[in-house]
Amino acid sequence: MPPAADGPLAVREDFPIFGREFGGRPLVYLDSSSTSQKPQVVIEAQAAHLREHNANVHRGVYELAEQADAAFEGARRRVAAFTNADPRTTIFTKNVTEAINLVAYAWGRANVGPGDAVLVTQMEHHANLVPWQVLCRERGAELRYLEVDGDGRLSLEALEQELARGDVRMVAFAHVSNVLGTINPVAEITSRARAAGAVTLVDGAQAAPQMPVDVQALGADFYGWTGHKALGPTGIGVLHGRSELLEQMPPFLTGGDMIASVDLEGATWNELPWKFEAGTPMIAEAVGLAAAVEYLQALGMERVREHERRLVEQLLDGLCQVPGVHIVGPPPGQERGGLASFTVEGIHPHDVAELLAREGVCIRAGHHCAQPLMRCLGVAATARASVGVYSEPADVQALLAALHGAREVFALEGAPPSRAH
Amino acid sequence: MDDLYRDYILDHYKHPRNFGELEPHDLEAFEHNPLCGDELGVHIRVADDRIADLRFHGHGCAISQAAASISSEELKGMELAEAGQLGADWLLELLGIPISATRRKCALLGLKAVRGAVTGDDAWPA
Repeated sequence: MPPAADGPLAVREDFPIFGREFGGRPLVYLDSSSTSQKPQVVIEAQAAHLREHNANVHRGVYELAEQADAAFEGARRRVAAFTNADPRTTIFTKNVTEAINLVAYAWGRANVGPGDAVLVTQMEHHANLVPWQVLCRERGAELRYLEVDGDGRLSLEALEQELARGDVRMVAFAHVSNVLGTINPVAEITSRARAAGAVTLVDGAQAAPQMPVDVQALGADFYGWTGHKALGPTGIGVLHGRSELLEQMPPFLTGGDMIASVDLEGATWNELPWKFEAGTPMIAEAVGLAAAVEYLQALGMERVREHERRLVEQLLDGLCQVPGVHIVGPPPGQERGGLASFTVEGIHPHDVAELLAREGVCIRAGHHCAQPLMRCLGVAATARASVGVYSEPADVQALLAALHGAREVFALEGAPPSRAH
Repeated sequence: MDDLYRDYILDHYKHPRNFGELEPHDLEAFEHNPLCGDELGVHIRVADDRIADLRFHGHGCAISQAAASISSEELKGMELAEAGQLGADWLLELLGIPISATRRKCALLGLKAVRGAVTGDDAWPA
């Protein structure tokens, strides 16, 4: 039964993994920005597909194959509906990294050359950075960076200045930063880029799981996201593309399923979206992802966003009370996604994560695949706590208690009196 | 008493021995752990085929810093040939704490730099 329409979500029972214990402690999972846990409906949808509807797609004429086809293409329609996209321009990829590489190779190699520039931001995940570095090096183009200010924001003025130089062919940026939590003004950036004749790619890996995403309203030419962060399986990502661009682009990977016909001399390409899906696709994973987005839609993405916003507010309030903690990204009170990255004076993030792990609290520590941003922030690494639909206020309390405990282990000043053991 | 973060580990972390730059030096190497971003470099001064002096520099977690600090005291005066042969067991025994698979590279980063400086081999100590 769906919970009350505006209260916090209470859906933990839908996620079997929370039945597990670690060293006698319940799982406190605050690493949802890395990957989300999976509800039973997703696990079951995939299992049921493999159990009852498994056949290859786009090939067989027998009933089972028709069912597999219907399951796969039905999944595409449901996934496209989740982000208000056209199924015809909704391409399944391995993950968002592959989605971005698809664009960098198939669009980039045909449209970026010497004298052109690709504009990315300092807050990008390596997935939305390295493909552009490789493209620019290969094509003799220039890679430029939009700066991130002290509050973790991009400057639209700086964007205007970059676009005014007239050489920017592509603007590639994250919808929500996986380190800072910054929510970038996507529609604002895409409209300015389009006015300047630049194509846009948005990395929606962090955004799609936690807020309403309408790819048409956002106006990006390409919008990529990944299934496993959105309660779905690993091994499946999504690329939404503008039809005119996808039509003009050559294929990315070639082989079976993406051709219209092949002779000894060459081949012609299948129509969209299959032109970009070479080989047998991730069929069961697509079915699982469709179950995941339906689950999220039933909760309501506005409500998911509000749930996570409240938890992060609680998290920031608590972190501010811990001596020596520095939070990176938007200051408390400003809009941010469902995560907080922080450092603790006197304890390396790696040790913070280790000490929290002993209390059953799972967080991430490291450079979060964003080394250039780490250098901008002047830190080698941060600890990052991130919430999901199944997170509860008790998770945040457990993290904060464990953090105080970690400071005691390191005998840092300002720690509360030692607890009895 | 914490198994991993023992007093002497925290002491070496907070007050690392033989840290800083060593100028001039005869050998050097710089290593990083791509997993967590920890970085450790080493400067070595050589006399009579021995490590006459050494300094580590860089940043990292308590385990990587303490391991470098503790090992630095043993490495001073050691024959280069011996230092170049040191394996993971030597360091882990010296460290004296249980090291999980995920923290193994933290512990071995400093030794990797020393072996790299002495032998030019930048493989992880086995």
